[in-house]
Amino acid sequence: MAETKNKKKTSVGDKDKGIGSDKVDKASQANGHVDIPESLDFDRSIETYQSGDYTHEDIGLSEDQVLAMYRDMLLQRRFEERAAQMYGRQKIAGFLHLYIGQEAVSTGSVGAIKVGHDSVITAYRDHGLGLALGMTPNECMAELFGKVDGSSRGKGGSMHYFKKELNFYGGHGIVGGHIAVGVGIAFAHKYKEDGGCCLTFFGDGAVGQGSFHEAANLASLYELPAVLIIENNQYAMGTATHRAFAQPDFYRYGVSYNMQSSVANGMDVFTVLKAVSDHAKLAREGRPSLLEIRTYRYRGHSMSDPANYRTKDELDQKKEEDPIILLKSYILEHEMSTNDDLDAVDEEVKKEVLDAVEFSEKSDPPPIESIYEDVYEQRDYPFLTDGMARGKRE
Amino acid sequence: MAELQLREALRTAMVEEMERDDTVFLIGEEVAEYNGAYKVSEGMLEMFGAKRVIDTPISESGFSGLGVGAALAGLRPIVEFMTFNFSFVAFDQLVNNAAKIRYMSGGQFGVPIVFRGPNGAAGQLAATHNSSVESLYSVFPGLKVVAPSNPDDAKGLLKSSIRDNDPVIFLESELMYGMKGEVSEDDDYLIPIGKARVAREGDDVTIVAHQKSYWLAMQAADALADDGYNAEVIDPRTIRPLDLETIQTSVKKTNRLVVVDESNPFASFSSEVTYQIQESVFDYLDSPIIRVTAKDVPAPYAKNLVDYYMPRTEDIVAAAKRVMYV
Repeated sequence: MAETKNKKKTSVGDKDKGIGSDKVDKASQANGHVDIPESLDFDRSIETYQSGDYTHEDIGLSEDQVLAMYRDMLLQRRFEERAAQMYGRQKIAGFLHLYIGQEAVSTGSVGAIKVGHDSVITAYRDHGLGLALGMTPNECMAELFGKVDGSSRGKGGSMHYFKKELNFYGGHGIVGGHIAVGVGIAFAHKYKEDGGCCLTFFGDGAVGQGSFHEAANLASLYELPAVLIIENNQYAMGTATHRAFAQPDFYRYGVSYNMQSSVANGMDVFTVLKAVSDHAKLAREGRPSLLEIRTYRYRGHSMSDPANYRTKDELDQKKEEDPIILLKSYILEHEMSTNDDLDAVDEEVKKEVLDAVEFSEKSDPPPIESIYEDVYEQRDYPFLTDGMARGKRE
Repeated sequence: MAELQLREALRTAMVEEMERDDTVFLIGEEVAEYNGAYKVSEGMLEMFGAKRVIDTPISESGFSGLGVGAALAGLRPIVEFMTFNFSFVAFDQLVNNAAKIRYMSGGQFGVPIVFRGPNGAAGQLAATHNSSVESLYSVFPGLKVVAPSNPDDAKGLLKSSIRDNDPVIFLESELMYGMKGEVSEDDDYLIPIGKARVAREGDDVTIVAHQKSYWLAMQAADALADDGYNAEVIDPRTIRPLDLETIQTSVKKTNRLVVVDESNPFASFSSEVTYQIQESVFDYLDSPIIRVTAKDVPAPYAKNLVDYYMPRTEDIVAAAKRVMYV
């Protein structure tokens, strides 16, 4: 990484945090004096991670692992294509935000951490990460169908995938609202001294929310094992980043919070894995950081969005960088597999997704009485049933 | 029993729970080195160190969200708001993340967290520093809302709130922190959330009042007694879940109800109690339920306007006499 100097280790809430830090101007420490330095230099080096810069060997992947990643990305793609079709058939309701085009980010990131030990939290475009972490297509599809066998028993839907065993903390629907929650999960890793870190994913749009800035400050102030990952897919709903941000080079925001910042190409799964590994390593050393991953979503913001705000040329050009095609070419070039075998993988994945659809069709809707479950742990909570007071009517 | 100020009772509850359970920690503005804006956490930094008593920047959304994340990951945060007026910039964290993650995750994750701090009017602070938030947070299923009126209840209820596996909004009061009272010294002293207290028994009229309003209601009951009327005073102690049964039992005896609540009146706690009682024990009522609340305006600054804005003892006496038709 560009910056490797060690900072003084401090505990959470340490009153002396920052004093003597190599990253803070002495003049900015409260000491009763007003003191402006003669000159100020804001140059900071930003690490960049380019597409094609890493072979699978560079990042310690076996051929089997590469093939597994290919399958993993393809599963996300086929799952969502089928979900879109089921949405059209009104099997799925509500909002459905597709991740298609961004699969290298989920698969590369998950490949960089210890699943079940480290933690992950994301926003509402969550199918890709959920599947990459190991949620089953069955529980994911059934949740979209609003069935009792869904991961949240039909209470969360598309935007709210959670899986406790995988330390997957959701699936959150309010833009930016979960970033501080991710920082709190990192806080718990540090508090418990379990050596884990938390990857907090959010979109470019979330950078405009105050909650991002508060969370970034807290993560850095308390030196939490947090990696803040801006998944920059270039559009916040229909608003291109340059139309929403005076400073659309998002990696720069980390500098404001004294964090190591990097920017990575999110279309190459090896690049993502390398970048996230480096940042996770920093996190484990008590150095929170910011990683901007530049990617692209091929679909509209949600199913109702025809994406008229971008041109067909732009879309076609981006499709040439398709992360799955990119990895497929790599696999064939390195003779890890054959076209026929990769086609067979595709068939297998498609079958798995169709099975998930069938599973979801057959699964029951959640029982009506479950509507009062999971609000509180308390079993006999006195809800106002049917809008009426629970007490005896006389 | 020991005589403690309300702030000391709250501190005792936190200290005992932090000694009992390593996962409990306190976080908020000025809670550590400054010893608490209202000295509730005085001395706790020295006792538990900076790992567990944590100062924050002025960043309510950030540290409330941090608390929710820590709670999801197995800790039991106590998040102090310097006042609940400042919780409004953290609203999303309380009403979406704390309140709803158990539900949206299908019960996989709980959020055992306490948000505590002063609520309601505190003198001539003008409109932004005088909000009563009980009805606001009670709207959201998933939250519990607790509002004690005395040091002993404060200790027993705060300990229960810290041990509760769901998020609790715990409401205190700047004007009550110095109030003294006898407090249990039992370090397992738990008052169940959702149980009202019949503070004074009487047959003629029921008065429901919590926090500061409770003390006005007790004064009003004294004044009514001087005139020969016995008021029954009920302190709900918990806003959500509401102990409706205790109020119903009383109303069935007195047939008359006054609800005192220093919140603004529209869509408030007093509206809810009034609705639930008329709906459930209508036939026992001998007169319309009357509320005594703050005026339906933002809190003013000038002393005479503040005095007029707040519920007063004489308003409660007058309301009680109205429902008794005397």
